[in-house]
Amino acid sequence: MNTEHGQHTELSYWRKYVFSTDHKVIGIQYALTSLCFLFFGFCLMMLMRWQLAYPGSEIPVIGKLLSESIAPGGVMLPEFYNSLGAMHGTIMVFLGVVPLVVGGFGNYFVPLQIGAPDMSFPKLNMVSYWFYAAGGLVMLVSFFVPGGAANSGWTSYPPLADIATIGQTVWILGMVFLITSSLLGAINFIVTIVQLRAKGMTMFRLPFFVWAQLVTAFLLLLAFPPLEAAAVLQLMDRVAATSFFMPEGLVVSGQVGIVQGSQIAGGGNPLLWQHLFWFLAHPEVYVLILPGMGIIAEVIANNTRKPLWGYRAMVYSLIFIGFMSFIVWAHHMFITGMGTTISAFFATTTMIISIPSVIILTALVISLYKAAIRFTVPMLFALAFLPMFAIGGLTGLPLGLPAADIHLHDTYYVIGHFHYVVAPGTIFALFAGIYHWFPKVTGRIMNTALGKLHFFLSFVFLNVVFMPMFFQGMAGLSRRLYDQTLYAHGEAVQSLTIMSSWGAWLLGLAQIPFIINFFISIRAGKKVTDNPWEATTLEWAAPSPPPHGNFTTEPVVYRGPYEYSVPGTSKDFFPQQLATET
Amino acid sequence: MSAEVLPYTVKPHPITGIYSGKFGMWLFLASEVMLFGAFFSSYVLLKVGAPVEGPAAWPSHEQRHLSWVIGGINTLVLIVSSVTMVMAWASLKMNDLAKGRKYLGATLALALLFLVLKISLEYIPHWRDGFTTQHSVFFGIYYAMTGLHGLHIIGGIVVIGYFIGPGSALWKTDPEYYTNRIECTGLYWHFVDLVWIFLFPTLYLMN
Repeated sequence: MNTEHGQHTELSYWRKYVFSTDHKVIGIQYALTSLCFLFFGFCLMMLMRWQLAYPGSEIPVIGKLLSESIAPGGVMLPEFYNSLGAMHGTIMVFLGVVPLVVGGFGNYFVPLQIGAPDMSFPKLNMVSYWFYAAGGLVMLVSFFVPGGAANSGWTSYPPLADIATIGQTVWILGMVFLITSSLLGAINFIVTIVQLRAKGMTMFRLPFFVWAQLVTAFLLLLAFPPLEAAAVLQLMDRVAATSFFMPEGLVVSGQVGIVQGSQIAGGGNPLLWQHLFWFLAHPEVYVLILPGMGIIAEVIANNTRKPLWGYRAMVYSLIFIGFMSFIVWAHHMFITGMGTTISAFFATTTMIISIPSVIILTALVISLYKAAIRFTVPMLFALAFLPMFAIGGLTGLPLGLPAADIHLHDTYYVIGHFHYVVAPGTIFALFAGIYHWFPKVTGRIMNTALGKLHFFLSFVFLNVVFMPMFFQGMAGLSRRLYDQTLYAHGEAVQSLTIMSSWGAWLLGLAQIPFIINFFISIRAGKKVTDNPWEATTLEWAAPSPPPHGNFTTEPVVYRGPYEYSVPGTSKDFFPQQLATET
Repeated sequence: MSAEVLPYTVKPHPITGIYSGKFGMWLFLASEVMLFGAFFSSYVLLKVGAPVEGPAAWPSHEQRHLSWVIGGINTLVLIVSSVTMVMAWASLKMNDLAKGRKYLGATLALALLFLVLKISLEYIPHWRDGFTTQHSVFFGIYYAMTGLHGLHIIGGIVVIGYFIGPGSALWKTDPEYYTNRIECTGLYWHFVDLVWIFLFPTLYLMN
C-alpha cells in the first residue's frame, strides 16, 4: 500500500503514525524524540553540577538509585563524571538540538513554507528518522555496557579514545547511524527546496527560515563525511589493531604499544583525528545556529509588523557563512603546536566569518526600529536571543585569536562562550519556534501566562549558570575537571561554581511550566483560527493542522515573505498566496 | 504508480533541467567525494608524517606487496563495467528491456569478478602472510580504503541485482521511472569506478 498523496486507501496505525512518510508526522516524531533527549541531556548535566559544586559528596535522592559501579555510596566516580560530560555534549548536539531544529522544525515547516505537498523523498525522510532513533537508542544503551558510556569527551580525542572502554565503540556505532540520518536528510532538504517550490515562489521570495535550512543542509551534506571517515578509522584502531591515531612508543599502564590488548605498529598521528573531527564540528556549530536564526527572523518579522530589514544582505551572509565555515576549523587546534603562519591563516578566516554573523544579527536588530512590537511569548524569546547571541558571538572572538586562545583554550571561558550561543541562543530560538508554530500543528495556542513565566525564569537562570564561567575561564579554571577544588585557582572561584550549579537546578525547575503548558495545551489549549498571528508566510494558509497534501488548493505566490504594513492595503499584513487583498 | 503526485519525480524541473532523483544522486555523490576525500587526505597526512626509517617508515613500492597487474586488471574490469552500465541505460532509453537487463547482468558479473579477484588474489593471501590491519599504518589505511570501496561495490551489486530481479516489475507500470532509476544507479556506479581510478595509482603505483 502506497502512502503517496492522491492514494486515499486507509492506512494501518503503523503506516499512519509510526512508519509514516508524511513530513508532518515525521517532523513531530523528530520533535518529540529530540525534546526527550534534550531533557535527558539536561538531567545528565544537573547530576554533574552536584559533583562540581560539592565534590566528593553524596548526591541527594538520586545517589541511592545509582549503582555501586558508577557511584559507590552515592558519590560519583571520576569515570562516571567523564561519561556524563561526554554524553551530555553528544546528546545535546547530535540527539537534541540538530534533530529538533532541522528534523523537527525543518521537516514540518519547509514544505509548508514553500507550498509543497511533502518533501521530495518521503520514504527517505522516514528512513532518516528511524536511523536517528536507532542511533539514539545505541547511545542510550552505551550507558549500560561494561565500563559505561563513552568518557573521552564529545570530541573523542585519541589516544585516550582509542584506549577507552567499550562504551566508546558503541558511541562510534551510534554516530554512524546519526551521520547517515543527517546525510539522507540533507539530500532531501536541498532537492525539496530547489525543486518543489510553488508557482511564483522564487528563491528571493523564500522565507529566511527556508534559506537557513538550505545552507544548513549543504553543511550537513559536505561536512559530516570526514567525521564518518574518522569514526571508521577510530573504530579500526579500537577493534582491528590499526594505529591511525597512535604514535610509536606509546606507553599505556606501563606497557609499550599495547592498545585494547593488541600490539600496535605505531606511526600514526593523534592530530589526524583532530583535523577530521573539527572539519565536521566547526560547520556543525553553524548547523546548530543557522536554523535558529531562521526561526528568530520569522518571529521578528511577524511580531514587528514590518518586513525584515536587509533580507537580501542576510541571505548573502548565510551563504557566505556556509562557505567560510569550511575553512576555519583549526581555530579549535591553536595549541597543538601549529606553526604561526597556519595559525594566522585560521585566525584570519575566523575573524572574517564573524562579519556575516554580525550582519545577520544587526539586520535583525534594525528590523526592530520603528516597529509596532507585539510582546507575544515567541517574541520575548526572539528579543532575548539578540543580546544573548551577541554575548556568545563576541566571546568567540578572543578564542579565535591565537594569542588570547593560548590562555583561554580548554577553560571555562570556552564553555561559557559556546553555551551562550547554543542555550540562550539556539534553544531560545527553539522555544520561540514552539510557541510560534504550536497553533499551526495543533490548532490551539499555548497559555501565555505560563509562557511568560517560562521565559523570564529561563532567561534569568541561563545567565546565572553561564555568565560566571567567563570569569572562571579567565582565572584559568580548566574544563572537564572532576574536582576543581584540588587546585588553588579552582578553589578561588568555587563560589561561582556553586552559583552556576544552583542556577542550573533552578533552570531545570523553570522548564516545568513549559512542559505542563505544552502537554495541557495540546488537549485543552484555546482553539484558534488558521492564522492567529496574522502572518504572511505560506504555512499559515494551510489548515491547522494541515491535512495530508498540506494545501486544499495548490498555492501560487505573488509577493515576498514579509509584506507587513504595506502602504495602500487595508490590513497590516499581506499574505504571500493572496492574489489581491479581497 | 505512474501518476506524479509529487512533481518532478520523472519529468525534469524547468529550471534545474533534471528530475529530483538525479539531483538527489548528485548530492549524494558530492558527500561521497567528501568521504573518500577525507580518506585520501588521511593517507597523505599519515604518509608525510611517517618516520623516514625504521619499522614505522612508509613502505616503498616493493615493500607493499601489491601487484599492479592484478590491480590493473581490476581497473579494466571496472571500466568495462561502467561501459556496460551505460549500455544498459541506453537500451532502456531505446525501449529494449531485455537488452537492458542483459547489460545490467554483465555489469553485475564484472562487479562480482572485481570482488573475487580482490578477495582471492589479494586480501586472503595478504592476510595469511601477516599483512593484516595490525601490520602497519600503510596496510591499515589500505584495508580501510579498499574495504570501504569494496562495500560500495557490494552496495552497487545489491541495487543492480534488485533492478534486474524484482525491481524490473516497475518497467510494466512506469518504464520512464524505471529507466531514470537505472540512470541514477549508473551515476553511482561511475563514481565507484572513479574512486578506484584514484585508489589504484595512490596505493599501487605511486612511491
